[in-house]
Amino acid sequence: MSNSQIPVTQSFDGVVEVLALPAHGMVTLRGDLADERLREAVRDTVGVEVPLVRRADFQDARGVIWMSPDELLLMVGAGQGAAVADRLQTSLDGGHAMAVDVSDARVVFELRGRRLREVIAKLAPVDMSPDAFTPGDFRRTRFGQIAAAFWLVDDTCARVICFRSVADYMFGMLCHAADPAAELIVY
Amino acid sequence: MSTRIATGGRLTDRTKQIDFAFNGKRLKGIQGDTLASALLANDQMLVGRSFKYHRPRGIVASGSEEPNALMNLGRGARFEPNQRATTTELFDGLEAHSQNHWPSLEFDIGAINGPMSAFLPAGFYYKTFIHPRPFWKHIYEPFIRQSAGLGKAPDAETKDADTYEHYYHFTDVLILGGGVAGLQAAQVAAASGVRVTLLEQSAHWGGRAPVDGGTINEQDPDVWVATAIAALQQMPNVTVRTRCMGAGVYDHGYVLGYERLTDHAPEAKGPRHRLWRIRAAQVICATGAIERPLSFAGNDIPGVMLASAVRDYAINYAVAAGDRTVVVTNNDDAYRTALTLHAAGLSIPAIIDVRAGIADSPLIAQARAAGIRIEQGRAIAKVKGGKRVTGVVICAQAGSGGSLDNIDCDVVAMSGGWSPVVHLWSHCGGKLRWDTAQAMFRPDADRAPTGAEGSPFVACAGAADGYFGLQEILSDATETALKSVTQCGGSVSEQPQTQGHSLSEAPLAPVWLMPQGATHDRRAKAWLDFQNDVKVTDVQLAAREGYESVEHTKRYTTLGMATDQGKLSNINGLAILSDALGADIPAVGTTTFRPPYTPISMGSIAGEARGDLFQPIRKTPMYDWHDRHGAHWEPVGHWRRPYCYQKAGESVDAAVHREVMATRNSLGLLDASTLGKIVVKGPDAGRFLDMMYTNMMSTLKVGRCRYGLMCSENGFLSDDGVVARIDDDTWLCHTTTGGADRIHAHMEEWLQTEWWDWKVYTANVTEQYAQIGVVGPKARAVLEKLGGMDVGADALPFMGWADGTLGGFPVRAYRISFSGELSYEIAVPAHQGRALWDRLLEAGAEFNVTPYGTEALHIMRAEKGFIMIGDETDGTIIPQDLGLDWAISKKKEDYLGKRAQQRSHMTDPARWKLVGLETLDGSVLPDGSYAIGSGSNANGQAVVQGRVTSTYYSPTLGRGIAMGLLLNGPDRMGDVVSFNKTDGTTVDAKIVSAVFFDPDGEKQNV
Repeated sequence: MSNSQIPVTQSFDGVVEVLALPAHGMVTLRGDLADERLREAVRDTVGVEVPLVRRADFQDARGVIWMSPDELLLMVGAGQGAAVADRLQTSLDGGHAMAVDVSDARVVFELRGRRLREVIAKLAPVDMSPDAFTPGDFRRTRFGQIAAAFWLVDDTCARVICFRSVADYMFGMLCHAADPAAELIVY
Repeated sequence: MSTRIATGGRLTDRTKQIDFAFNGKRLKGIQGDTLASALLANDQMLVGRSFKYHRPRGIVASGSEEPNALMNLGRGARFEPNQRATTTELFDGLEAHSQNHWPSLEFDIGAINGPMSAFLPAGFYYKTFIHPRPFWKHIYEPFIRQSAGLGKAPDAETKDADTYEHYYHFTDVLILGGGVAGLQAAQVAAASGVRVTLLEQSAHWGGRAPVDGGTINEQDPDVWVATAIAALQQMPNVTVRTRCMGAGVYDHGYVLGYERLTDHAPEAKGPRHRLWRIRAAQVICATGAIERPLSFAGNDIPGVMLASAVRDYAINYAVAAGDRTVVVTNNDDAYRTALTLHAAGLSIPAIIDVRAGIADSPLIAQARAAGIRIEQGRAIAKVKGGKRVTGVVICAQAGSGGSLDNIDCDVVAMSGGWSPVVHLWSHCGGKLRWDTAQAMFRPDADRAPTGAEGSPFVACAGAADGYFGLQEILSDATETALKSVTQCGGSVSEQPQTQGHSLSEAPLAPVWLMPQGATHDRRAKAWLDFQNDVKVTDVQLAAREGYESVEHTKRYTTLGMATDQGKLSNINGLAILSDALGADIPAVGTTTFRPPYTPISMGSIAGEARGDLFQPIRKTPMYDWHDRHGAHWEPVGHWRRPYCYQKAGESVDAAVHREVMATRNSLGLLDASTLGKIVVKGPDAGRFLDMMYTNMMSTLKVGRCRYGLMCSENGFLSDDGVVARIDDDTWLCHTTTGGADRIHAHMEEWLQTEWWDWKVYTANVTEQYAQIGVVGPKARAVLEKLGGMDVGADALPFMGWADGTLGGFPVRAYRISFSGELSYEIAVPAHQGRALWDRLLEAGAEFNVTPYGTEALHIMRAEKGFIMIGDETDGTIIPQDLGLDWAISKKKEDYLGKRAQQRSHMTDPARWKLVGLETLDGSVLPDGSYAIGSGSNANGQAVVQGRVTSTYYSPTLGRGIAMGLLLNGPDRMGDVVSFNKTDGTTVDAKIVSAVFFDPDGEKQNV
């Protein structure tokens, strides 16, 4: 998949590196997260277990993210969103669950660098201290004036998702926060 | 004169000269100066004029309490008024201008108000300018505004050249103030391992201790401060910031820190200010104390300064405020100033101590040993001088001011005792108690601000807590920190051992007026509020006129209402008030302390939200195409939608008309991606939608669409849109552009709070799809040209939908129409939206395909009599008002709004109802115009009988058309009603059907 499928294609090298990632397959799954049938369907289609509260678990590029007590976000390969949603919906048929392809609704940014905790904390009201937010932790929050969510891949890599329509705004804010002249060292 | 002392200057580096300008005059300072210390070093004592009487004003203080030395700072895009010289660090090229004078600082015409002050007492403006009433707005106010006012407003055409940012910070113990108390509290708290954050407003750690002397751990306080801060900086659980002021303490441990990053280096890159938005489990205010002025005649003449400030300038900046300094005091602390100046070789003609018969404390003894003349039981009768102190007249404190002596001097260093800085303690509800011995309000630890758990979350330490000896300060800070750590669930095993020693002091004498029996003319020259020109007599007059509440007196006299918020004046003012009322000081109480502690910049509040980042702008997948093709943008919610597409040289009106006609005649394209799309799925989804919409959605057949209305539980029309049934238990609900998030939240609220046991899931998929309206007689032809699915009348009838491909794109095609034309809305995954748009333009070229904007959309819907949420509705309109009874199910037992719509007011036949309106002369009715009724109401206003809700020029019909709500409208077809116009005339319009065009729907049903 080429980058032309996402609205922002620039990158920025500041306090941290800000990259717009190529398109992902993304599926919203709503249902009873304790239901073994649902857990099995997720395991079978994504290859990752349903994660704990506010966690994002990944096996290579495929992942399952806890969004709310009855909602997951499944990250799959580019172009696979619709097929995965269909497969999940079929395997959960008869129960009460909803799988929807949202691959095009959101964009994913990556932040790389030692100071990403401070950069994120300039925009999101989240406790970013290393004790409070560890790799694999996920948070739905806001960045500036928009809804957003993010997780830590590791201590020097974070991924941020937001709606497609505000990708330019998000990129602009991330660059502003990562301005080398605005470097802030707290952690 | 004030001048630089040959040696010393604890905070300065005199090897580095700094050039700056004051009122255009080139001056030199040195590295480490504040603007105030540099001005004094250049003998610039006169720095401004007062607000009301334009009296000469000099530097009084050395910190954030300064009332007088406010400057217009910088120029052009970096101009900023009302900047305090005392907290402005000097930098090369600084340009400052004094404020509030005309034509010049030295000669000010407004100073005529000074001699007139007897005629301008408190309340003068209120009493004088009330009659005749119209004069206020047109004569008095403009005149008063010109003579009052402080700094200049920045030039309206410039934009702030700097950037700003926020930072969200979380900590266990937050300590505000990096003096000895703050450092000690931080050390103790940090030793427990909890997260500690320490903020200091100035560029330097240590607060007053290095100036005031004493020892800590038998060393100079400076040495201890350096060791303490170095140790803290090494600790991983500690964050320390200088130039970062605790600006406000709010509920739930929320605290604002105002960090000034480049104010001292404006050419440096990076943000100028950073607003720390802190959540702290515990807050310790180690904010120190502020010295109080004394009230005596002429205490506002430049050269009368706080004793501590005179000492600060001498020690920190090696600046002598004058050659001959008379110290006047009610306490021992001011003796330190005399001793400091004496040690620097400056002349101290006398210490005037109001306390009579007081035994020699160590400080008094030192002054005596130094040979300084001490006059006990004496007071200043008045200060002599105009733009600068020339001397003082000495009298007995006990009398009415009879002259006993004259002393020549150029500085008066005054001290009326110290007031703990309780502002931050008080912001969130901390209460105060009156300490009679020290004559001050101090925090009442038993009535602390409490958090969500009901336990205290703010505490004070050191001078802010009312302790002044070094050992007392250190002990109090330790104790406070231990309590805070315990509140956070931590504990300290090994406390840092810190011992302080400072000289013991004799008790102060509470003196609020000098001399005690000062005559009226002296009291009328005894200033309380230097910036707002409030004198002792003003407060006494307010008391005589019945102002008993300190809050009312404040507003009547303007005491403490200037930009310094009364840091120097409040306690003195309320002491005078309580005396005049014959009440105790604690019974009168203080005014309310409100954040911010000192003003913070608007830029810091905005943070990154300026310029391109001012507001998120939502962009559809076709945004760039629109932008490149003349889109005249319209904000719709946070979206930007093309209002129309202007061709070169084309007016907006012409573009709109062209777009309407091209669509009606052949083929138009609309970017409809912004419409909300919410998937509703589950066994109870049909039942749920029957409650959400006024009409029946559960009976909708798979593959079909239905227009639906949503109401609030109060019955008012909230949103509308087309609902498509996708499969047995799945519906897709279209909402208005602005309604998507709101309606999704509305659905979730009902599902989560009322019908939590219904099996329904929703998902907002608005942004998953680009949606393109393909509209006009050639709509089918262009889709057939793309090919891939049957879009014929039989396969895809009106109000049907189908999945398929068009030109290779995976699409969902809805056969719906908001224009009255043959029309499809084609949904495609968002990333393919632009490609499909391009393909449709290419294929539609032979049909004169014309992209159209929101205004053409509006006109075409109005020609068809379709309502628009936000035009025909305003939150007070029910569907029945709009003749939408057909969309309200009579069969359903219930839906949101049904009960409300049965209430008497909602069923009142006199509710205005929707009709069409055609002006007799074909003109366009003014938007929002009212239909004139007969007679006038109780307020003498013309009775109205309706109003215009939508009005356009219809290119299709070649005349103005409108919709409006009208009394008994539908029953009055053909009647003519008058509508008002903004020029005062009226225009006649005929009541007609709201469907102006193709009433039988022949164009869309093909």
